[in-house]
This record gives sequence, structure tokens and C-alpha cells, in this order.
Amino acid sequence: MKISPHWLRELVPYTVDPRQLAEDLTLAGIAVESVSGTGDTTIYEMDITTNRVDAMNHYGIAREISAIYDLNLKPLAAKLPAPKGKANFPIEIEVPQFCTRFTGQVIRNVNIGQSTGRVRKRFAQLEQKLINNAADATNYVLLEMGKPTHAFDLDKLEGSKLIIRMGRAGETLKTLDGIERKLHTDDVVVADANKPVALAGVMGGWDTMITAETKNILIESAWWDPAAIRRTARRHAIHTDASHRFERGADWASCPISTDLVSEIILESGGELEGEKIDVIARDFNREPVSLHHAEAKRILGKEISSNEVEHIMRRLGFKLTPAHISPVATTVSTGRAAGVIEAPADYTVELPTWRLDVEREIDLIEELARIHGFNKFANTLPGFTGAVVEPEEAQRKEKIRSILLSLGYNEAISSTFIAKADSQAFSRNAIVEIANPLSEEASAMRASLVPGMLDMISNNLNRGTEPSKIRLFESGHVYSLKNVKNAETEEHDALCIGATAAAILENGTVGASASNGAEVFLRLKGDIESLLESFQHQSLSFDTDTPNYFHPGRSARAMLDGTTVAHFGQLHPNIATTRKLKQDIYIAELMLDKLIELPLRSARYTRLSRYPAVDRDFSFMFEDTITFDRITTAIRALRLAELQSIEPAEIFRGGNVPAGKYSLLLRVTFQSTDRTLRDDEVALWSTQIAEALKSLGGAQRTQ
Amino acid sequence: MYTLPKLDDFSPAALDRAVAALIAAAETESSAVTNDAEFKIFRDHWMARKNGILTQVNDLWLKAAPKEAKKDVGARVNALKTAVEEIVAAAEKRITAGPSLESQRIDVTLPGIKRPLGAEHPIIRTKNEIVRIFQRMGYSVAEGPEIETDYYNFESLNFPPNHPARDTQDTIFIAGQENKPQRDRLLLRTHTSPVQIRTMEKQRPPVRVVIPGKVHRNDAADASHSPIFHQVEGLAVDTNITFSDLKGTLDHAMKELFGSDVKTRFYPSFFPFTEPSADVQISCFKCGGTGKLNATEGCRLCKYSGWIELLGCGMVDPNVFGFVESNGYDPKTISGFAFGMGVDRIAMLKYGIDDIQLFYHGDVRFLEQFA
Repeated sequence: MKISPHWLRELVPYTVDPRQLAEDLTLAGIAVESVSGTGDTTIYEMDITTNRVDAMNHYGIAREISAIYDLNLKPLAAKLPAPKGKANFPIEIEVPQFCTRFTGQVIRNVNIGQSTGRVRKRFAQLEQKLINNAADATNYVLLEMGKPTHAFDLDKLEGSKLIIRMGRAGETLKTLDGIERKLHTDDVVVADANKPVALAGVMGGWDTMITAETKNILIESAWWDPAAIRRTARRHAIHTDASHRFERGADWASCPISTDLVSEIILESGGELEGEKIDVIARDFNREPVSLHHAEAKRILGKEISSNEVEHIMRRLGFKLTPAHISPVATTVSTGRAAGVIEAPADYTVELPTWRLDVEREIDLIEELARIHGFNKFANTLPGFTGAVVEPEEAQRKEKIRSILLSLGYNEAISSTFIAKADSQAFSRNAIVEIANPLSEEASAMRASLVPGMLDMISNNLNRGTEPSKIRLFESGHVYSLKNVKNAETEEHDALCIGATAAAILENGTVGASASNGAEVFLRLKGDIESLLESFQHQSLSFDTDTPNYFHPGRSARAMLDGTTVAHFGQLHPNIATTRKLKQDIYIAELMLDKLIELPLRSARYTRLSRYPAVDRDFSFMFEDTITFDRITTAIRALRLAELQSIEPAEIFRGGNVPAGKYSLLLRVTFQSTDRTLRDDEVALWSTQIAEALKSLGGAQRTQ
Repeated sequence: MYTLPKLDDFSPAALDRAVAALIAAAETESSAVTNDAEFKIFRDHWMARKNGILTQVNDLWLKAAPKEAKKDVGARVNALKTAVEEIVAAAEKRITAGPSLESQRIDVTLPGIKRPLGAEHPIIRTKNEIVRIFQRMGYSVAEGPEIETDYYNFESLNFPPNHPARDTQDTIFIAGQENKPQRDRLLLRTHTSPVQIRTMEKQRPPVRVVIPGKVHRNDAADASHSPIFHQVEGLAVDTNITFSDLKGTLDHAMKELFGSDVKTRFYPSFFPFTEPSADVQISCFKCGGTGKLNATEGCRLCKYSGWIELLGCGMVDPNVFGFVESNGYDPKTISGFAFGMGVDRIAMLKYGIDDIQLFYHGDVRFLEQFA
């Protein structure tokens, strides 16, 4: 909204320059977004908060200025000739709950033409479109003092009367924007004897608008219920200057003066008033006065504002203050106070101005005092605190995982929460949460898995020329699903996804992501997963091959901590990679973060370092491919050798003179005792036991 | 070459002189050693088991010593042996080190071979930085769901149904909610403020929480808008919290975040859940609040104003306390403040990032800059 500081000065005699005024207004909450032009043609672009509909015009801002600088505000007044005759134009309000007041004025023998003088000049400055002198008069008054008004062509109103009523089923109205609208029984309309002529508070009707031929006019200035106007404006998807103001609450007391101000401008081009204003008040609009306590202001703000200042701020803003010793009744404060509580006697009883519907409680008055006093005049203090500081354990656990992944060289990323529905279903068996008003088809559902977002990020990188050997990413975030499809109840979980190219997992730009080193890539990724999982307290960490179908069936695994599935990881299924045009082998890992962070972090435990040497023994065996390493270690551990420290696959070999379907394994077993040097004979005995165990798995011992 | 003298006088003074002469001789001979062959001769002269100087010391000095001087001579001989061994060892080190290590010289100006380090996402790094500032001031961390009900996102924050203030929130709604009462309908939270109510439902006053989280709005993506962004919210409620405390707290936090010379400025704003409400500006940390980088160049970061708008805040509206009054939040006896800031915007300002979309594409070339 544009505002002319030059026009403001006609309403309140401020003396600062326009740039200083802009600064002072902004610091009082009437934000001047930008200042352009110089001198009398300076223009403000305003950014008035939605609660301050009263300040969306020159007079309202001038009132703020009068409070900021403690200056007199010029009263609004129209110079009108004495009316002729008597107006015979009844206005019937059928719906007093939606139309509190309706003020009208009949003007005869008008001259419709172009606006001139101050209207034309100010419209040019404020970039307001000129229409004709009658329509311009209503817009001028809106700019001047904020009350929306409307001018009808009196001769087009049938039956010489207006009725304020609800729309009727089947009725239509062509509005000023030329659109034929179907009315709803919930729409408040202004109607003549036969038909609706305006969508109340939103837009006038086409058929009764002012044209070059118009001779006689009816001016309307009414007060409409905010909720009713909002309903109608939303239903018909119309947003007008009038609806914007009525939705937020117009000044019901200004119906007569706004009518007079419009009349004054129209009469400048000719015409005469017929009769006095018609002012129909359907319902009294009483607002309860509010108590104001100095002590309460101090309790909230931290410092006392002097009585003198309280009084001048309140009065300049249009509040009527009665000091308590004069006030006949000490009213109680109207904000959610428990009944029966004895109130401290109020210092003031405050009557609220009709244009400030946003102010209704003591706290609202305190805000008015604070903002005109100046927020920056309050000291900066720090409050004392006696409560406890709690850091959720889950947060520490998440942070641990994050720091491990960062130190392993994965880059932290954030992808979109939204996803195409089909994409979401491909990576989750859960029911998908859909969005009612999506930004686009590709963002019509909530992600049920982090995998598709991860694949998109990897694909973005490959397409934009990131070196494949550098694409190592992880994302921690929520995934969403329907837990109850019928009621569309949702649930969300913490999840974590790792994604990388094979080349990046090998940390080697020169190694192509070929099939031959798949095992190494997989095992490196597995090592990273193990590093993560082993930082949590557990009895057992085990792996099997039960993974979702978007993984490579032979190069993926499931990880379980104490029997609970906590991760799936491995190579992305090559078919999916092909569909997504990923020309690299991609490896991903999904961690069920919510399950994982239920476990405590592993607490460090000290064991005495052995002072006795460790002894290694190597075993060279050939096994069938079906004998997994897990079976080998299980068989050896079943021997329960107390001094057994570790079992490592020192070398695995396939091909050469090893027949197909078999592999050669060089197994390195380490023994150590904490209390003695191991004897050769006992190590020999254990070695024999181990060799026997390996043979029982079908292993053939090879001579070295 | 040194030859070991026989001793006639075993007085301490005479022994001192003899030992000093021997060590001086060993050092002189050591310094003359320049190669391996010479070293071997030198070493054998002094340390050979057969007839080396040290062996001779044993025979000529210790054994010859009169009975009453034996103890004194023994101690001196032991010290002397250690000293000679050290001199010989030093000579060996000098000889073997020299030329062969020189041949191992490397070009230390070649680039190092790096183990890759993962980069923290700038938003999460900034978010953690903000959270830690408030943790140091006694705030606990709270979190909440990203899919919220109308009640928590709006109603209990004093946005009545159909209130125009809801229009500014550009809400994304979950499908299939039509048959529920309005307060139960699900949407993507448009701010982290719902966690204020969730916290106060769970915990009686006093409360101090800092609430980081992801929020969503129906905003088309461009360089300065994203439908996904992050906020850090704060809430403090107690019997004695004032607007001055709000100012002091945020002033302190902004100084920690942007440097102790930034200033803060508060001006009135409007949020349904706070009253009074304020927006906070900080003096521009790039131009020092002048709006100018130098005599001729303006500061674009603060749009030449010297001030950067950074966060919204206010005193908790009594109506909000009304929703949790039964849990000890009587607006007559307690008061509180709340604040919220956009992490994306702060990260963009701190690092000079000009496109918010970069945060959400996982581009490694972008992320690596924050390692």
C-alpha cells in the first residue's frame, strides 16, 4: 500500500523529514517498507501487519503520528450544503447479525466525468487507477480514512429501496469485474426490491454501477461482519480492498462521516443532496471497557511507564481513559482470568475506539503502550532460572551417528520431503500420505523412504559433473506413512539413508565400478555400517540376506542388533539403476534410526592389556561356496576356546586351480592369555581342534 | 690415541682430574670420526671387551685401588662407563644417519593425500550452533512432529478457525481430512511453534526450551523461497519473565551468533500467539551497520540499510496460556516469551549463499565447501 507523507502532514502537523518519519513509524510498528521520491512527492510503500486494518489509510497513520510525537490530529469533517427535500429510500436490514449498520445518501443530478484537482493529483502519486468521479470519490475516501463505501446508480435500483439479506438459491449477480456469479444462501447481499445488486462488503454489481449516463446516486457505507465477508470472499475467490478491510474489521462508527466525505467530492462536480443521510443501526455495537493496571504493564514489560505517558499515548490513539478514582466501577480484566480471583484495583478504565477491533484485552493495551513508548527503550536483561536442563538421550545418539558418518567421509545432505506418489510406493510397502494441495504432481506425496530422494541427489550430482568418486552422501530425516488409511491418520519416523557410488566407497577415482570389485565395495560399506552399529550397546550383531527387492539380491544384507532389524544395505538393484539412468553402480544403506536410538550408546569398558605375547595360527582350507564365513566362525567359536582372540579371513581366493563353486580361504586365528605365556602344546591342541571343526564343515585342508 | 695412565694417587681430587682427562679424550676422538671404518676403530679402542679403555679402567684403576678408596673409585668408574657409552652411541648415530637419510628426502610441497572428511550440511551446522547458544543459557531441547493437527499448528496458537492470519501461512494440507473436526485435521506444520504447546502440555512451568525443526509451506521454489525450510523456536515461561528479558536474551544470542559488536533493534510486529510481538533486526555484520562497504560502494547484504531483519518474537499471548492453563499456566501469575528464526536465512547470511535451493539438492561440490 502506498502512502503520501505530504498528505499525512495535512492531517497531523509533524515536523520531521519524511525519512525520519518513516523510521519512527516503522519502530512503532507501522512499517514503511521503502521510501521513494523526494519532497512533496515522496511516497512510502507500507507493509502494515494484518491486525492493523485501521492503519491501512492516511488518517489511521496520521493518528499513529499524533501519538508518536504527541501532536493534535485534525478531525475528519466534510463541508456539505444543506440537503434539499427528504430522502424517501428505505433500507431494510433483514440480517442484523451480519450488517450492524447501513448508512446511505441520495445525491441527485450529478455530473459523471473525469476526476480533477486533488483526487487526480493524489491518484497519480499513489498509482490509483482513475475510473469516474463517483467511483474515484469512494476510492479517495478509502485512501484517506480507510472506510470502504460504494456508489450505486440510483435509477437502476428497482423498487426504490434496499434490502440487506442472504443470497437465495438460484440467484446470480454479475459483479463489477464482469463475472456472473452464482450466489449462495450463505452470501450476504445488498438487494433492491427484485434482485441482488452487490455482494455485501466484497464487490458491487455490474448492472447498478455508475456510468457516464448516471444522473442520481446512492452512496453506501455499511459495517459488515468480518467472518461473513471472509466466507463470501473465499467462496467466490475475490479479494478486494473492501473485503480485505471488512474481513479484518472496519470502523462501524465511521459510516456517516465516510458517506459525507464521498458526497463532498461528488458534489464538487455538481448535484445536490436529497434529504439527510439514511442511517440504519440494526444492532448496538457495545464494547466492554478494559481495565489497565500499571503493575500489570510493569510485570509484562519489565519497567513502569509513567502515568503521564500512559495517558498521552492512550488518548492520542483514541482510547478514552478514566483514572480509577473517578471511575464509577472497577471493571475486571476480560482475558481468561479465573473466576473468583480478587483483582487488584485497576488504575484506569479504558474505553476502546471503534476502529481498533484488534484491541480487546489489557495485554493489547500494554502492547500499545510499549510500541509507542518504543521497544528499544526497554533495557536488555537476562532472566534468572531455576529449572533443570535436559538433553534428550536420543539427540546424543543421533549426534553420535552423525559424527561417525562425517568422519567416515559421507557428506550430510537434505533432500525434498515431497515425492511423486509412484516413486514413494516403489520403496515402501507402507500406505502413502498424500497432500491435498500439492505444489506439483512430482511433489504430491510425503516420502515414505529416504531412498528415492537419495537416488535423486546422486543422479543430480552425476548429471552436473561431480566426480563419481566423490559422491558419498547421507541424510537423516523423517519418513511418513498412514497408520490408519480410513481416518487418514499418519505416523512419522526417524530414518537415515546412506548413498554412494561404488567408486566413492573405494575412495579411488581410478577404480571403475566394475563387477569384479563388488565384494570389496560391499565389504567397505558393511564396515561403515558396522562402525555405526557397534557404537550402540548390544549382545549380538548379525547379518543375513533378507533385503527389499530394490537391492541387488546377491549384494545386499540386513543387519540386526539383538534380533531387531536396524539396517538394509548393499548395491541398488541394477534394474532400478537403469530405470533411473544411473550409469554407476550405486550402493545404499537404510538405517531404522528410530529403532537404533532406542538403544543406549556403548559405554566404554576397560580390560587390562595382556603382558603376554599373542600367537597367530594360519589355516588354509578349501570350502564350498555355500559355507559362509559366518558358519566358519560359528563352528570355531563353538569350541569355546577361552584364549581365542580373533578369527580373520587373511586371504580369499577363487579361480586358478580352485574349482568352480569352491573357494580357498587362508584363515588367521589369534590366541592370547592375560595371565601367562601360551605353551606350544596347548596352541597345537587348539589348532587341531579348529582344523577338525573346519573339516566337519566339509573343508579340505590345503598344504602351504 | 688415548692411553690409560696408571694411578698412584687415589685421592678424590686426583681421581677427578683423571676422569675429566679420559672423557675429554673420548670426546676429542669421537669428533674426529667421519665414517663407518673410523667409527669401528674408535668404538673398539674404547669399548672392546679385550683391552678396550673401559676394560683397562677396570684393571688399572679399580683393581689397583687401595681398599679404603675402592668404593669411591667404583662409583666413579660406573659413571665414567655410562658417559663413554653415550659418547660412542652419539658418534654412531651421527655416522649412520648422515648420508643415507639425505637420500630419503621428499618434496614436502607436493599436495597431501587426504582421507575424505564428510561435510556438515550448512543448515544443520547453523541449527546446531543456534541450539548450543541457547543450551548454554539453560534451555533444553524439544522436538515435535512435522505433520501436525490444526489444533497445535493454529488453534492453540490463537489462530481461530477462518481467521485471516491463517492466510499468511501458506499451509500444505494432508489429503483425506475432510470428515474430521477442524482441530484434528492434519497439515504440515508451518512453523515450529506447535512444539510450544506440546511442551507446556507435558511440563509445568518453569520452562525453557529451544526447538529446532523442519517446516513446510506452499511456496514455489526460487532463489529465496523453498517449500521446505528450518526454524529454531524458543520458549521461556516463569513467574518473572518480562519483555526486557526477551530483549536481553535475543541480544545476547545474536551477539554469540554474529559477533559481539552486532547491535539488535526491536520493532512491533504481529503474530497471533504473542502480544506484544516484535521483529528483530541486527546491525549488518558485513558493513558494520553503515549500509556502505566503502566511500563509493553500498552494502547489498543489508540492502544499504545497515540492518538485517532476522527473527520474530514476543511475549506469549494470554490466550495461548489459556490452552494449557490446567497445567499450571495461569496468565495472571506467569508470563513468558517466545521467538523463532529461520535457519536457512541465517545460514545464507552467514556464508553468503545466494540460492536457497542449493541446500536441498545434495550437490557434493556445494556441500564439500562446509567440511
